[in-house]
Amino acid sequence: MPQNTVSFLVENQPGVLFKVSNLFRRRGFNIDSITVGALENSGYSRMTITVDADAKTLHNLIEQLDKMLEVIKVKRLDPLRTVRREMLLVKLETIDPMAREDALRYINNQHGLILDIDDENIIAEITGEPEELDQFLGYVRGIGIVEMSRTGVTAIEKGRLMLGE
Amino acid sequence: MTEMIGAKAFVRSLERAGVETIFGISGGAVIPICDELLDSDMRFILARHEQGAAHMADGYARVLNKVGACLATSGPGASNLVTGLATAQIDSSPVAAFTGQVNRDVIGSDGFQECDIIGVSASVTKYNVQVRAPEEIPHAVKTAFHIANTGRKGAVLVDIPKDCTTLRGDIEFPEKVEFRGYRLNPEPDPHELDWAAKILAEAERPLIMAGGGVIASGASHELVELSELLLAPTATSLMGKGAFPNDHPLSLGLCGMHGTMEANMMVPKSDVLLVVGARFSDRTTGKIADFAPNTKIIHVDIDRSEIDKNVEAMTKVVGDAKLALQGLTERVKRLRTWEPITEWRDRITEFKCVYDAENEKNGPYLRAPAVLKALRDELPRDAIAATEVGQNQMWAALHFDAYLPRTFHTSGGLGTMGWGFPAAIGAKAAKPGVPVVDIAGDGSFGMTENNLATAVEEELPVIVVVLNNNVLGMVAQWQRLFYDKRYSAVKLKGNPDFVKLAEAYGAEGVRVETMKDFRAAVRRGIKADVPTVIDVPIDPEENVMPMVPPGMGLNDTLMEAD
Ligand SMILES: Cc1ncc(C[n+]2csc(CCOP(=O)(O)OP(=O)(O)O)c2C)c(N)n1
Repeated sequence: MPQNTVSFLVENQPGVLFKVSNLFRRRGFNIDSITVGALENSGYSRMTITVDADAKTLHNLIEQLDKMLEVIKVKRLDPLRTVRREMLLVKLETIDPMAREDALRYINNQHGLILDIDDENIIAEITGEPEELDQFLGYVRGIGIVEMSRTGVTAIEKGRLMLGE
Repeated sequence: MTEMIGAKAFVRSLERAGVETIFGISGGAVIPICDELLDSDMRFILARHEQGAAHMADGYARVLNKVGACLATSGPGASNLVTGLATAQIDSSPVAAFTGQVNRDVIGSDGFQECDIIGVSASVTKYNVQVRAPEEIPHAVKTAFHIANTGRKGAVLVDIPKDCTTLRGDIEFPEKVEFRGYRLNPEPDPHELDWAAKILAEAERPLIMAGGGVIASGASHELVELSELLLAPTATSLMGKGAFPNDHPLSLGLCGMHGTMEANMMVPKSDVLLVVGARFSDRTTGKIADFAPNTKIIHVDIDRSEIDKNVEAMTKVVGDAKLALQGLTERVKRLRTWEPITEWRDRITEFKCVYDAENEKNGPYLRAPAVLKALRDELPRDAIAATEVGQNQMWAALHFDAYLPRTFHTSGGLGTMGWGFPAAIGAKAAKPGVPVVDIAGDGSFGMTENNLATAVEEELPVIVVVLNNNVLGMVAQWQRLFYDKRYSAVKLKGNPDFVKLAEAYGAEGVRVETMKDFRAAVRRGIKADVPTVIDVPIDPEENVMPMVPPGMGLNDTLMEAD
């Protein structure tokens, strides 16, 4: 099933995240990731979800979200005209100099940042499309991942397309 | 701005919302509110269980087309409301629940009688909110009534911490509330109407199915007009019963699992099916793939999210049923240049089955279909009926005709046993001048019969007709038909003597074994000042027929059990 990205504006109020996730649970929508952040001075937050869903399920999901009183606007983002980004923090552990060199090269190739480094561990920050992060993780898996954390996808449409009113 | 305590602000807010009657039970967290109610003209009807209070508010709301209000204390009072809210919400009935809550500084600490009712009720309400200060009360109440009573109506809940009711605040009553994410779209799109009207006007075998939305929008008149214009046989869902008069020549009655033969046979044969204010529940469609496979479906609903949710429509009209039906009728009149085809309509008689309802007796027992026909006969056309759930409900849907909208009420969506009796009490409070009956099964009545105390003390003389088979009849029917007669968990050997039960509460009780006695009991019940319970022993083996076996399509409707 295709990966879809859906963004929506919600009232920035207590309990809204609960109601949104409660809706997903109740209607049986399986969400891969969700990101939330308050928007400046508007009283809104923007949520972005990614979901594997066929057309009918996606349609239902959008309609059900749209019906929620706390949801101001909801939109499936056009996959061809959207920039999607996710951040990954990953801690690699190795004392092997060759492996460390490989790690630094992979991080560099992904325009990653090294946030912390000592004789054993490297913490890197990588930002990119979720598929790029998957690919990066594939490269460094052999080196030794001890811990990682992904933020989930956030996204915005190109050009004149936009979510707000 | 006026200074007053939160409880007063709350009661004033209810008055401003037009509340005349509120159903509920008191308790620690709502004592300040109950105290203020003493100084108000509002009528407080004390239920005997909060579930009953919510159902009363629901019955009241359905009859009057006005928000029904109920009140409960924190903790168990609030959680007891949940079934009532779920029932109202799924049937789009405007019910507003107000719950006490522990003091703000105790919230989250598992305090005495603390229940997270906001979390618990989130899935069964259209909207809920917890008040965080006395000043927020008027706005919260106003918002709740607005949301309950607009668009697709539903249940709402406002949770009020006790200290917010005892503390003073500078109170302002808003004239208007706004909700940025709440968009009402009653006006149908003219293009959608054009397109739908074109399909309708060209139909050779048009059929209309009306749901509860037609009643909610007050569109019965418009429905009859369009149906007569198209000569379209018209069926209803369970929730739509009353939207189209059962004695109209184009009436097909109920469609679905226990639909009439004519409705279930004709729906799949139609070439265009106009569905208005119905949501294609699985009980209405039977097996979806066989529902109307070669039919062009036009779906009219005020709730956009219902379109294509269960059944894919060929085209849609999003908006209020009344406006949509008016728009369609106007356009069809313009588009249509030929006479409608009468052969299609005439097939109604071909499929119509005689239900041998005239057969009054089955051995020593009165037969339920005949009892309900006699009941209908004794009641005026505008009498109000509520049903319980099970065989009684389906017999009522099939054999108890409804002629007017808002005269037939049932828990269609949730199927809540025990709903009918308190809903009937609420209905009687709404329309004291009209006879109100609850068509009940003994199992269902047992669930909320304690509300007899309320009906007696509030002088709400409803009539309860207990179709008494001493069994959870509908479940037993399934076990008889699909589980080899292995009856499990259905026998009600410990049923009380319903006559004595009624008398114990100070109500009238009577057991009848002949139709003559039954009719006489109904006539006495209509005139009585106290509630009347009529115990009608019926055969525990009797099935509700017709029936679509579970998992099958409307075409597979069975007339006989074997
Ligand atoms: C609260 C609740 N519990 C259980 C059920 C499942 N159920 C559906 S019909 C039925 C039997 C109803 O028995 P009764 O009220 O005696 O009516 P009858 O079918 O005999 O007319 C049951 C148990 C239900 N609908 N509601």
